[in-house]
Amino acid sequence: MRPDLEIIQQWIKPNSKVLDLGCGDGSLLHYLQATKNVHGIGLEIDAANIQHCLENGTNVIEQNLDEGLSNFRSESLDTVLLAQTLQALSKPDHLIDEMLRIGKNGIVTFPNFGNWKSRLYLASRGRMPVSKFIPHSWYNTPNIHFCTVKDFDALCAEKNIKILARTVVDLEHQGSWYMRAWPNLLGEIAIYHISKNTD
Amino acid sequence: MTDSIPTDSVGLVKPQVYKFDEPLTLRSGKVLPEYELVVETYGSLNSAKTNAVLICHALSGDHHAAGYNSEADTKPGWWDNCIGPGKAIDTNLFYVVSLNNLGGCAGSTGPASINPETSKYFGPDFPVVTVRDWVNSQLRLMDRMQIPEWAAVVGGSLGGMQVLRWAISFPERMRHAVCIAAAPKLSAQNIAFNEVARHSITSDANFREGRYLEEGTYPKQGLMLARMVGHITYLSDSAMRAKFGKSAPDFEQETSENFGRDLRSGKLSFGFNVDFQVESYLHYQGERFSENFDANTYLLMTKALDYFDPTVDFEGDLSKAFANSDCKFLLMSFSTDWRFPPERSREIVNDLLKAGREVSYLEIEADQGHDAFLLPIPRYVEALSGYLQRVHQENESDAS
Repeated sequence: MRPDLEIIQQWIKPNSKVLDLGCGDGSLLHYLQATKNVHGIGLEIDAANIQHCLENGTNVIEQNLDEGLSNFRSESLDTVLLAQTLQALSKPDHLIDEMLRIGKNGIVTFPNFGNWKSRLYLASRGRMPVSKFIPHSWYNTPNIHFCTVKDFDALCAEKNIKILARTVVDLEHQGSWYMRAWPNLLGEIAIYHISKNTD
Repeated sequence: MTDSIPTDSVGLVKPQVYKFDEPLTLRSGKVLPEYELVVETYGSLNSAKTNAVLICHALSGDHHAAGYNSEADTKPGWWDNCIGPGKAIDTNLFYVVSLNNLGGCAGSTGPASINPETSKYFGPDFPVVTVRDWVNSQLRLMDRMQIPEWAAVVGGSLGGMQVLRWAISFPERMRHAVCIAAAPKLSAQNIAFNEVARHSITSDANFREGRYLEEGTYPKQGLMLARMVGHITYLSDSAMRAKFGKSAPDFEQETSENFGRDLRSGKLSFGFNVDFQVESYLHYQGERFSENFDANTYLLMTKALDYFDPTVDFEGDLSKAFANSDCKFLLMSFSTDWRFPPERSREIVNDLLKAGREVSYLEIEADQGHDAFLLPIPRYVEALSGYLQRVHQENESDAS
């Protein structure tokens, strides 16, 4: 399993209802079903990924996240998950609202554009970063809404979203004391556990 | 005649007739005192009796879903591309049961059968049956065959509606529901097309109020016309362009071609004759169908479609109908199907989600319209196969 998923799974309660937005090949849901007896549903648009889900017994619905989640009832699920997909959405802020309408809590992971490598690339070369971390040119990238850890913190504050937990890791999904100290500069992948602020 | 039966075919199959003496009360309130169902099975039932799969047929289908009934058959059963050893519905793994529904005309009791009370053809006196009645009769068949539980109930179009009814009425007798290219109920447009089909049959002078068998006539023209109209709704515009466009089987070329306007004889007749290939094709399809299908059965099947609405007992709320449907669901639709388009399948999916059910849904890109559910579309067949392989694996792990 991808190490970011390893971190995410710790926040998911046994027997809970989980919606995985952009569930990929369904490996996280499959794991959660087997180990925590969750009731999982994944949304996905890639045909090969959907086929994997069918074959490993993961419920998967072919549905484009950009068309919204109006077919899910409010507060009908426990956790709604959005792993490494935020930056590819046409209205990421709207989807986060939807996640917290449907679920009691949400988990969001995204590549942190505030990482020093991106900053250095743009500062020194004056061009949009292309790397292992962001492997597309600006004109053909599916990632149309990059943000940084600070940007996401600001969005949560603006929307009165409670950050239950925040972790940053590198591409190998290893954390360290210095990443915790300077998350926006050193973290390559940001992982947030959020909920509506009911205070 | 087939040169030789392919190795991935279930081979020669012999239908069996099951006779039921216990009266069946129908949705209409009428009672069928006794009836027969004709059934084909493929593969074998395992000792734990956990591998049975029920196939529900669509409007013009029957029990002969796979294999050949005789060496002289030129074509296999209607879903042979999906049922057989190593195929999506793998007869090496599953015991596949396929029947002709009540009111059909392929051997089960229907309008073309003799009414034992009058010793005449039932004809128009055969009661109108609904999807619910079919499922009730299928349940009796299941009991008779001593099958405790279906591993899966599978069907497309009107067959998919039977799958939904199964999941609503008898979820405890099935583990998986596979519903393909169906709708939660018909739209006004669907009913309108059905009514044109029915009217074309009933207005044929040879229809004789449905007593054509007694009177030795047959409403061939009416049935032909009904099928021609129906056939148009099964195909998509793009499928027709490709099929009848200048030797352009490649769908990508359709727009640069002649919109499917191939001529039959190379020139226009400037008369009211059959000029275009598509006309000739529809005539052929209608003609062939009218020779093999009973007109009263056609009326009855279209009525079963029109009447299908599982929400009637649930205040119009389909999600409530699924409240106890704790089987797992797979739904699939096809992008160019305008008879039961993807939105109709999505309605079902959304109500299943609302009811908290376990559901998977695929929207298959296919140019063939509603007909796609009968065709070997690679992604569709792979998905069906992958899902059923999983059903089989669950079976195995439950047994161990």
